[in-house]
Parts: sequence; C-alpha cells; structure tokens
Amino acid sequence: MIQLSFNHLVYLVEAARWTILLSVIAFIGGAMVGLPIALMRVAKSKVLRGLASGYIQLIQGTPLLIVLFLSYFGLGILGYKLDPLVAAGISFTIYAAAFLGEIWRGCIEAVPKTQWEASDCLGLNSFQQYAYVILPQALRIAIPPTVGFMVQIVKNTSLASVIGFVELARAGQIVNNSTFEPFAIFTAVAAIYFVLCYPLSVAARTLERRAHAGR
Amino acid sequence: MSYKFDFEFLAERWPDFVAGAWLTIQLTVLAIAFGFLVGTVCALARVYGGPVLRRLVGAYVETIRNTPLLIQIFIVYFGLSSLGLKLSAEVSAVLALTINMGAYTTEIMRAGIESVQRTQLEAADCLGLTRFQTMLHVVLLPAMERVYPSLASQGVLLMLASSITSQISAEELTATANLVQSDTYRSFEVYVIVAVVYLALSALYRLGFWAISLILFERRRRLGTPL
Repeated sequence: MIQLSFNHLVYLVEAARWTILLSVIAFIGGAMVGLPIALMRVAKSKVLRGLASGYIQLIQGTPLLIVLFLSYFGLGILGYKLDPLVAAGISFTIYAAAFLGEIWRGCIEAVPKTQWEASDCLGLNSFQQYAYVILPQALRIAIPPTVGFMVQIVKNTSLASVIGFVELARAGQIVNNSTFEPFAIFTAVAAIYFVLCYPLSVAARTLERRAHAGR
Repeated sequence: MSYKFDFEFLAERWPDFVAGAWLTIQLTVLAIAFGFLVGTVCALARVYGGPVLRRLVGAYVETIRNTPLLIQIFIVYFGLSSLGLKLSAEVSAVLALTINMGAYTTEIMRAGIESVQRTQLEAADCLGLTRFQTMLHVVLLPAMERVYPSLASQGVLLMLASSITSQISAEELTATANLVQSDTYRSFEVYVIVAVVYLALSALYRLGFWAISLILFERRRRLGTPL
C-alpha cells in the first residue's frame, strides 16, 4: 500500500482542471441549445412549444446518469464509439439545455407584458422585439439563477467519472485504489469541489440580492 | 446502420427491473421522509436558534449544497467503513440521500418559515395557543404549504439522483440496468427501458406529492388546486 502524500493532492488538484473544462463545455453547449429551447417554449406556434416542453419533461424526468450511459455505452453498441469526453460533453449539453431552457423561459416571461406591447406599437418585428427589447431585459433577470445553475453543472460533472473520464471524482477513486484512505481522500475531493462551487453560490446570492434591490 | 433492436431479454429479466425499481422507491421514500424531518428541524434551528446553532446549520447546508452527491455517497460508504463504521450499501445510500435531502429541505423550509409574518405569531399568542400549537398550526403547516411545489420538485430530483447510489452497489434500478446490460450486451435497449421507468417514477412521485398535499392542506383540498 502506498502512503498518502502531497503528490496525491497535487494530482487531485490537477484533475480538477478537467472538471472545470467539462463544466465549461457543459455550460457553453447547454447555453447554445438552451436558448433556442427557451425561445421555442415562449413561441406562438403550439407545435414548437409542445416540442420544447416535451424535451424538457423528458430530460428532467430521467437521471443524468442514464443519459450518460445511453450516450456512452448505448451509442457505442449502435456503432458510434464515442470518446468519454465527447460522450460526457453531449450528455451534459443535453442535460444543461433542458434546465437552462426552463430557467430562461421564466426569465423571458418575467419581462413585463407592457414591454411586448410597447415594442409592438413601435412596429418592431419579432426579431427586433427579441433582440433589442425582450432578451436584453431577460438577460439581467437571468444572471443570478444561471450562476446558481452553474453550481449544479460543476457538481454533476462528477458523474463523468462513471464512464471512465478522469476528472476530479475519478482521480479521487484512482488515488483511493492505491492508498486506501477513502475518508481523507474523498474529504479532500469534496473540499476541492467546495472551493469550485462556493464562490459561484455566493455570487448567485449576491447578484440576486442586488437584482431585487434594483427594483 | 445494421443494428437491430432486440428487447427479447425483457421476457426473462423483467423481474430484475421491477425489483430494482422497488428498491429505488424504498430508498428514496425513506430518504425523502427522513430528509424532510432533518430539514425541518434544521430550518427551525436556522430561523429561531442561537448564533452558534445558526452557523452550524448554515455550514451543513453550504457544505452539502456545494459538493457532489457522488462524493457524499463515497464518504458515507467507503469513508465511514474505513473509520470502522461498517454500513451496508443500502443503509449508506439512505443515509447519504437523507443528508443531501436534509440540506436542500432546510433552505426551502427556511424560506417558508421566514415568510410567516410576525403578526401571525402575535395573533397566535393572543389566542392563547401553546408554543407547540403555534409552531405546528401557525408556522410549520402554512410555511410548508407555501413552499410545497419546491419540496415536491426536490423530492423528484432526489429520486432521480438516487441512480448515483448504483456506484456503491446498492442494487437499485440503475445498478440493475448495469447488471443486465453486462449480461446481454443490449446496453442501448436496457438504458432506454430504464429511462422510461424513471420517467414513470417521476410521474408517480409527482402524483404522490399531489395526493399528500390534498391530505395535509385543507385549503388545497377544498380548492382542488393542482400542483
């Protein structure tokens, strides 16, 4: 058995870079798919609304872990062998898009109705309405809950460990396999996650307080 | 694509899925119930407790909410057993899920309790209610009613998150899926089935929470307000 050493801690901290990378991928992917979902959710067409809401219900009703297994093992069996990073990136994008879509729908709907009416009266078309009137205001409302959701993303990247992607949680398991000091190691891993997440939590809360004070 | 879908293994293995789903239900119902108790007590401590107690509860909530459930489960299962406290996978799962649910419930219930106005407490005082009666009828039940949708969502999220306990070999639904797919090599079909079962469980839990709300909240029963 190998003694737990400072090098192990360095290894964990280095693995945390992959956690950060995965989180960034998940957030960017989720945002790129989530925004269209949110817009579909408030669209005039019933079909678009139904599609978006079906997607959200489907993803919010299935565990992220199953989505991960489906895209890694499932697609692998179907003949699309994906790299763990790609499979994780796809799964987290699918997952984050559903939640961000729902969060942002709320933000778009929170823009006062009078703003829609006013922009209608000014003769703006739909695109102009969204681009110049609604979305900029929705963005301000959206920042606190979005930052809050980033905490969920960072935490959920730990699930990528189960398909063999070596990020922070998997690195913890690897160190544990050679040293067998689970309590110390996983506490250290938890501490690193805390360091990543806590500033985001605090930022979300501060932003929220400020947003409410502004009105 | 030359792949043919094959669900034939279901004929033989469906009892495994039922058993897995049943364990998922058992684990999560226990965790939701205990977690609710922990959360309510902690929320009361957070609002009415002394400064030390408030800090302690705050630290608990922040620690749990800012670390992944997977790591919490590992600490409870592998960590505690290495310190000499050997728990079975199922007990560890319930314990970890309870601790997790408790932290989220604390925050939700705190919001509810803080929304009860001072005048309500004063009115209860004037009516001569005992402290216990005030707590139950004036603070807790109305607080719960106000935040009930959040509590219900958190319960469903916890049920979905319980899939993570498959990683410590608690033989719930996801672990069953892993087992069956490694026997049959039908991973796509297996995970699709399990996803459908989880969807059904989500719907079932929402229905359950709605039924509980009818029992608990008179107003809801009379108005029939859906969740």
